[in-house]
Amino acid sequence: MLNAKIPAGPLNNKWEDYKGHCKLVNPANKRSLEVIVIGTGLAGASAAASLGELGYKVKAFCFQDSPRRAHSIAAQGGINAAKNYQNDGDSVFRLFYDTVKGGDYRAREANVHRLAEVSGNIIDQCVAQGVPFAREYGGLLSNRSFGGTQVQRTFYAAGQTGQQLLLGAYSALERQVALGNVKMYSRHEMLEIVKIDGKARGIIARDLVTGELERHFGHAVLICSGGYGNVFFLSTNAMGSNVTAAWKATKNGAYFANPCFTQIHPTCIPVSGDHQSKLTLMSESLRNDGRIWVPKKQNDTRKASDIPEDERDYYLERRYPAFGNLVPRDVASRAAKERCDAGYGVGTSKQAVFLDFAAAIERYGNIEAGKRQMGNISKEEIIKLGKEVVAEKYGNLFDMYAKITGENPYETPMRIYPAVHYTMGGLWVDYELQTTVPGLYSLGEANFSDHGANRLGASALMQGLADGYFVIPYTLGNYLADEIRTKAIPTDHPAFTEAENKVKETINKFMTIKGTKSVDFYHKKLGKIMWDKCGMARNEQGLKEAIAEIKALRAEFWQNVRVPGNEKEFNPELEKAGRVADFLELGELMCLDALNRRESCGGHFREESQTPDGEAQRDDANFSYVAAWEYKGDGQYELHKEPLVFEECKPTQRSYK
Amino acid sequence: MEHYNMNLTLKVWRQKSKNDQGGFETIQAKNISSEMSFLEMFDVVNEELINDGKEPVAFDHDCREGICGMCSMHINGRAHGPWDGTTTCQLHMRAFKDGDTITVEPWRAGAFPVLKDLTVDRSAFDRIIEAGGYISVNTGNAQDANCLPIDKHNADLSFAAAACIGCGACVAACKNSSAMLFVSAKVSQLALLPQGHPERKTRALNMVAQMDKEGFGSCTNTGACEAECPKEISLTNIARLNREFIGAGLTTEK
Repeated sequence: MLNAKIPAGPLNNKWEDYKGHCKLVNPANKRSLEVIVIGTGLAGASAAASLGELGYKVKAFCFQDSPRRAHSIAAQGGINAAKNYQNDGDSVFRLFYDTVKGGDYRAREANVHRLAEVSGNIIDQCVAQGVPFAREYGGLLSNRSFGGTQVQRTFYAAGQTGQQLLLGAYSALERQVALGNVKMYSRHEMLEIVKIDGKARGIIARDLVTGELERHFGHAVLICSGGYGNVFFLSTNAMGSNVTAAWKATKNGAYFANPCFTQIHPTCIPVSGDHQSKLTLMSESLRNDGRIWVPKKQNDTRKASDIPEDERDYYLERRYPAFGNLVPRDVASRAAKERCDAGYGVGTSKQAVFLDFAAAIERYGNIEAGKRQMGNISKEEIIKLGKEVVAEKYGNLFDMYAKITGENPYETPMRIYPAVHYTMGGLWVDYELQTTVPGLYSLGEANFSDHGANRLGASALMQGLADGYFVIPYTLGNYLADEIRTKAIPTDHPAFTEAENKVKETINKFMTIKGTKSVDFYHKKLGKIMWDKCGMARNEQGLKEAIAEIKALRAEFWQNVRVPGNEKEFNPELEKAGRVADFLELGELMCLDALNRRESCGGHFREESQTPDGEAQRDDANFSYVAAWEYKGDGQYELHKEPLVFEECKPTQRSYK
Repeated sequence: MEHYNMNLTLKVWRQKSKNDQGGFETIQAKNISSEMSFLEMFDVVNEELINDGKEPVAFDHDCREGICGMCSMHINGRAHGPWDGTTTCQLHMRAFKDGDTITVEPWRAGAFPVLKDLTVDRSAFDRIIEAGGYISVNTGNAQDANCLPIDKHNADLSFAAAACIGCGACVAACKNSSAMLFVSAKVSQLALLPQGHPERKTRALNMVAQMDKEGFGSCTNTGACEAECPKEISLTNIARLNREFIGAGLTTEK
C-alpha cells in the first residue's frame, strides 16, 4: 500500500506542523553526510546550493558542459507567487485552488498547498540573489497574467524568466562549489543507481569526455533530471533532455506515476519539414495580448491581412468567454487541433492557427499616446508607439519567431500549433519527495506531485525552486537524521561492482550491434507512434496498436542500431543510444497508463470520454487516483493506486466558459 | 518566404581528442533546405556520415532556442556565423545559397581547449563565476522582495547585462581571446543592483584575477566581442567593469 505520509491536521497547518516536528541533523554530523544530486536545473541547482549551505557534502552531476545550461534556462514567461502585490484578490488559497483545479483534480492537495505557501519566499530569495525581475517605474516588481487564473500573480524577466532564475540558482551553486561544499561533475551522465540493503547509496556515472565509468557514494540520491517530453522526439525540450536517471530509478524499484500525463503547449512554432529537430515555444504570456483566430471559411488561402474582421473566428473567445485566450493549455491545444482537423488551419501545412497582435499594438499605441499627451496623432504613429511597447514586453520572442520562420510578427500574425512541452507524470514521491526507494528522492519536473493532469503556466519554475530551496532542506534532514551512524561506504562494495558491470554490459551491447540505422532513426519512429497514438487525443484501439508497435520497434532497435566510434571517448551517439533505449521502454508504459485511464482529464484526452460539446469528461468515481507503476521486468508493470482525497477543493467539471 | 534547396561544401575542423593535432575535412552537404537551422543541417550531414560508416562530427548543442549557450561554432570566420545577434542554433540556412562553401571551426582560444571536433572545454567560465559571480545570500535569508525598490533604469540595465548566455563567442571573436565582455556582464548585473553592493569590490577584483589565471587575454577595446555577441551585450559593461576594478583597487583595504 502506498503511503504518501501526508501530515495530519488541517491543510493550512500541515507544513508548519511538519517543519516543527521533523528530525534535525546537527552541523557537525552534516559534514559527514553525503548527498548526490542528479541534474542542475532549477530543482537540482537550488537543492544542491541549499544543501551545501546547510553543510552537507554534496556532489552534483549534469550532462551539459556547465550546470548553467540545464533546460530550465529556456523557460520564458514567468513564475507564479501568491504575493497579492496587485491587490487583485490573490492569496495562498487562490493559488492552491487554481493549481488543483487547473490540474483537473488529479494532484495531491497537501503538496499543492505547500507549494502555494512557499511561493512568496521564492520571489524574495531570487530578488536577494540579484535576479533582475521586471519592475514598474516606482521600482517595485511587475506582474502579468497567465492561463487558468483571473489574477495577476506572474513575476517575469522579459521572455527570459527561466534563464534569470536558473542563473540565480547557478550562481548560488557555484558559490558553494567555491566554498568546497559542493563538488560539481559537468559532462557526466548518471547511468545506474546503487542500492545497498534496500536503500539508495550511490550511482554509476559516465564521464562523457573520457568515457570512463565512475562510482560515487551518497547517503541519499536526489533525481532532479527534468521531464521526459523527448519521448515524442519533437518537443520543446532541449536535445539532451532525457528520462534516463528517472528510468534507472524506476528499474531499481521506484514507482513511476501518471506517465500518460503530458502537456501539449498550444503556442509553438509549427513543424516546417522532416529535418525538424525540435520545436520552439512561443511563451504563453503572448496570450495576454495576442488573439487567436482562424478564418471562418474552410481552406481559406488568403493572407491574414486580406481576411476582414467579420470573416475571422476568434474561437477561444467564442467558446470560452470568461477566460477567452487565457484558458489553460490543455483546453487551448485541443481547441486548435479541433479547428485544424475540421479544415480551418492556416499556412502551407494547414496545421497552424494565427496568433495576432494587431489589436494589442493599437491598444498600447493609444495608451502610450495618452500617457505622453500627444493629442491627435496619425494611426501610423499610434502603431509605431504600440510596436515599441510590444517590443519591450516580448521583443526576444518576436525576434526568435522572425529568425526561425523568416516572417515579421509585428506585421503579420504568428502561425502557431500545439507541441509537446512538459510532463506532469514522473517518479512517484511522498509528501517528503521520497520515492518508494528509501534514500532516493525526486524533485521538480522529474516527480509527479504538484500539477495533476495539467500544469498551469508559470508553475513549473515555482515547483522546481520550491522543491529545491524550501522543501528538500527539511525533508531530507528527516531521513538523514537516522543515517548519522552510517559511515561512507567504500565504492569497492559488491553492489557498486554489480551496478557498474550492468552499465558496462549495456554499453558493450550498443557497441557490438553494428547495425544499419542511426539512433535518431529509431527515436523519430518512436516519436511518431507516440504523437499519433498517445498525443493530444487517445483511444483504446490506437493505444493497443501503439504498445505492439513500440515493442516491435524496441526489438528492432536492439538488433539493428548503429553506434559509431568507441566507448572510451567523447561519443554523443552512444549517449543518445542509451537515452533512446530508455524512451523505448517508457513509451510503452505511457501507452499502458493511458489505456488504463479510461477517462479524460487535463492533458489526457480519451476520445471515449467527452462531454456533448467536446470537453474532457472526468470519471471521479473510478479514476480519482494516482496511477503508480512498479517495474516487474521487461515490459511488465504492476499498478498501485494512491487514492486522491479532496478536502478543500471539491472536484467539479472544470469550466472556463 | 520562398523556400529553396541547396548543395554546399563544408570545410569542417576534425580533431579526434584534446591531444590530436586536427585538421580540416571537406564534406559535401546535399539537398539542404533553406528552412533548416544550421544545426539541423549538421544533423543531416551526420546522419549520412553514420550511414556511410564514418564518424559523425561532434558539436555542442542543447536547447536549440538560443538561450542555453551551449552551441559554439565559428562559421566563415565569425562566431555563430553571419547573422548579428544570433546563436548558431538560431542561424537558418536561408543565410546561404546553393554552391556556397562554408568553413566551420571550434572556438579558438587557449583557455577553451578543443575536446573533439567542434566541441571545446569552457569550464574556465564556471571557475570565473566561482570567484565571485554571485551575491552571498543563503536560502532563507531574504526579506520581502518589495522592501527594496530598485530604480527601473538600473534594473533594466542590470537585466540587459544578465542576458549573457555564457557561450564564449566574445572570447572566440577577440584577437586577444579576452573574456572581458563575459566578466563585465556579470559584474555589471550585480553592481547595478543594491543587493550586489556589499561584495562589489571583492567581486570585481577576484573575477578579474581568475580570468587572468585562466589564460584569457587582455582587452584592447576593439569591440569584436560586442559585434559578435548573440545577446548583443554592450561594450559599456566593459567600461563599467574597468571603473569597478580600478575603484576597488584604489579603495579596498586588503
